[in-house]
Amino acid sequence: MEYLPNILFALLLVAGIGYFARNVKRLSRNIKLGKRVDVSDNTSQRWKNMARIALGQNKMVVRPIAGFLHIIVYVGFVIINIEVLEIILDGLLGTHRLFGFLGGFYNVLIGSFEILAFLVIVAVVIFWVRRNAIRLQRFVKPEMKGWPKKDGNWILYIELILMFLFLTMNAADYQLQLKGAAHYANEAGIIGAFPVSGFMAPLLEDMSIANLIIVERAAWWLHIMGILFFLNYLYYSKHLHILLAFPNTYYGSLKPKGQFKNLESVTNEVKLMMDPEADPFAAPADDAPDPEKFGASDVSDLSWVQLLNAYTCTECGRCTSECPANQTGKKLSPRKIMMDTRDRLEEVGKNIDANNGSFVADDKQLLDDYISREELWACTSCNACVEACPVSIDPLSIIMDMRQYLVMEQSAAPSDLNNMMGNIENNGAPWPFNQMDRLNWAQES
Amino acid sequence: MGSELKVPTMAELFASGQQPEVLFWVGCAGSFDDRAKKITKAFIKILNKANVSFAVLGTEESCTGDPAKRAGNEFLFQMQAMTNIEVMNSYEIKKVVTACPHCFNTIKNEYPGLGGTYEVVHHTQFLKQLLEDGKITLEGGKFKGKRITYHDPCYLGRANNVYEAPRELIQKLDAELVEMKNCRKKGLCCGAGGAQMFKEPEKGDKDVNIERTEQAMETSPQIIAAACPFCNTMMTDGVKNKEKEASVAVMDIAELIAGAEDL
Ligand code: SF4
Ligand code: SF4
Repeated sequence: MEYLPNILFALLLVAGIGYFARNVKRLSRNIKLGKRVDVSDNTSQRWKNMARIALGQNKMVVRPIAGFLHIIVYVGFVIINIEVLEIILDGLLGTHRLFGFLGGFYNVLIGSFEILAFLVIVAVVIFWVRRNAIRLQRFVKPEMKGWPKKDGNWILYIELILMFLFLTMNAADYQLQLKGAAHYANEAGIIGAFPVSGFMAPLLEDMSIANLIIVERAAWWLHIMGILFFLNYLYYSKHLHILLAFPNTYYGSLKPKGQFKNLESVTNEVKLMMDPEADPFAAPADDAPDPEKFGASDVSDLSWVQLLNAYTCTECGRCTSECPANQTGKKLSPRKIMMDTRDRLEEVGKNIDANNGSFVADDKQLLDDYISREELWACTSCNACVEACPVSIDPLSIIMDMRQYLVMEQSAAPSDLNNMMGNIENNGAPWPFNQMDRLNWAQES
Repeated sequence: MGSELKVPTMAELFASGQQPEVLFWVGCAGSFDDRAKKITKAFIKILNKANVSFAVLGTEESCTGDPAKRAGNEFLFQMQAMTNIEVMNSYEIKKVVTACPHCFNTIKNEYPGLGGTYEVVHHTQFLKQLLEDGKITLEGGKFKGKRITYHDPCYLGRANNVYEAPRELIQKLDAELVEMKNCRKKGLCCGAGGAQMFKEPEKGDKDVNIERTEQAMETSPQIIAAACPFCNTMMTDGVKNKEKEASVAVMDIAELIAGAEDL
């Protein structure tokens, strides 16, 4: 019986990590539904971007308040995880503060974890106020109703609870050490420093050792269970960005933002058309592949990087708040483009799961069922959303791919644009002027 | 208006065995739009004054395909691109300057993949270089002390990271450059890009150009400087909408420079 807690802990750990691994597998399967693109170039620049944007958070601080608070939570999260390592080892081995032998250094570590935990609590409270009391514009847009809104708050509650449990655990432990409780106290003196939980200690002073142990153990177990829960919550949440921000910034575009990709399939056809030697009536070779679909009407027409983008989106709305179309009351919201893409991708993924690994047509697609044409045609291709995104997401590329589908597969451009394109085709200008008059201005005074 | 414009065409120069240093890509707006033609002429005057060896394609120029591409018609875009590239390559063009950020972006970034690789500069970069090389001088001070706010074209700024050349030129005019609350990387679009110029806007509370004009007006400018013919149209419409055309002028950087020189 003595080892029961260790065994229970090991089981919990295996279950938590196992379920997480299952989600990671699903995630990568879904992302791979996207088209292949070659992003193997320029690795050194890519590593630099990742270091600067994801690790260094340099785009977050464009908005100083949110950026500063986010850095606290981010640093807190990364550093406090060092402590989780000790907690896991303690749990498996039945030890208490395994790393205590580090002495003074250990005290500095625990002390700084506590201060960070406190700062995280402060930051999280401010975040909550911004979302729910001040109701900052970008958090209350239409696409943030329902689950996205709950998700945003849930994350804050979970973080708050985790930090609170961590501090409670330390406070109880500190009392136990002061009272010389077996297993907790150490001849060397107090292990760890408790600059924050020290203030909570008076609340626990009058408790018996037995009750303190209950408090300490309860906080310890709930804390680690909370962490495992959080790990598995990620897949269903915008919080997935804490993992995917890294690959996403690595695979982000390295080209000038104005450079849109040239479709190779089109290039081949245009070359053929312009080649005076090509026989336009030649029958296609028997082994010719099916003509490629132009543009995107569903998630599988997008590239895997665009799908990774969708899973990485933090739903922060920085893109939407910079979007000229959105600012002037149009339906378009680049954040919604990303959220819709993720939702549809999830739907496709579930369909595949339910049908033994193959997709069964469901009469739905990203276009129209999620993203309306009205949204797509409102974009000015200004790149404000791309510039604003703190994790290198490119909503504009999805908009453009979907326009390509509308125009090249469906001939469904707004009539004004059809006129414009007709003019280009016939006169070499978007207006109905004659190409032969192109130099007339030089003669006009 | 002063002396005649000298506008050599590639075909003429080629026939007499000459090769100009730079091709001035005029663009559709610069060729056909009444407002933009004035920008074209202002730029030509500066080129003439500085004795720049240049030429235009004239009737051999055709739309770069930018609006077609942003509208989703990759096919039409590539047809246009390849036709233009064929013409430019036949004249062995090395360097291109244009007063339109859309042409600039398309030729600079999207033509190389289709076989057209040139050194492409925007006219604000070109003018800055002329100034640095001493080919033009800016004195006179016609714009001295004037409050000028500069609107960043999306396809020059965010799309290609050109933020400073136009600003430096404005400062060289001894003018007072005032920034809007959204500028440089955060510059707000004028509403014309992505083929919006050629269609009615979607339903909303406001037109984008009005929003941007309001931002410009907050700086109480005497002049709104633009560096794109489409931005120019949008901002001019915005100023008219606010009934401010008597006190606020919308001018291209080339017009400012030409104006300062009294060309
Ligand atoms: S590129 Fe389109 S979606 Fe992105 S900010 Fe500009 S208008 Fe909005
Ligand atoms: S796309 Fe980027 S900026 Fe927009 S909501 Fe997602 S993470 Fe934020």
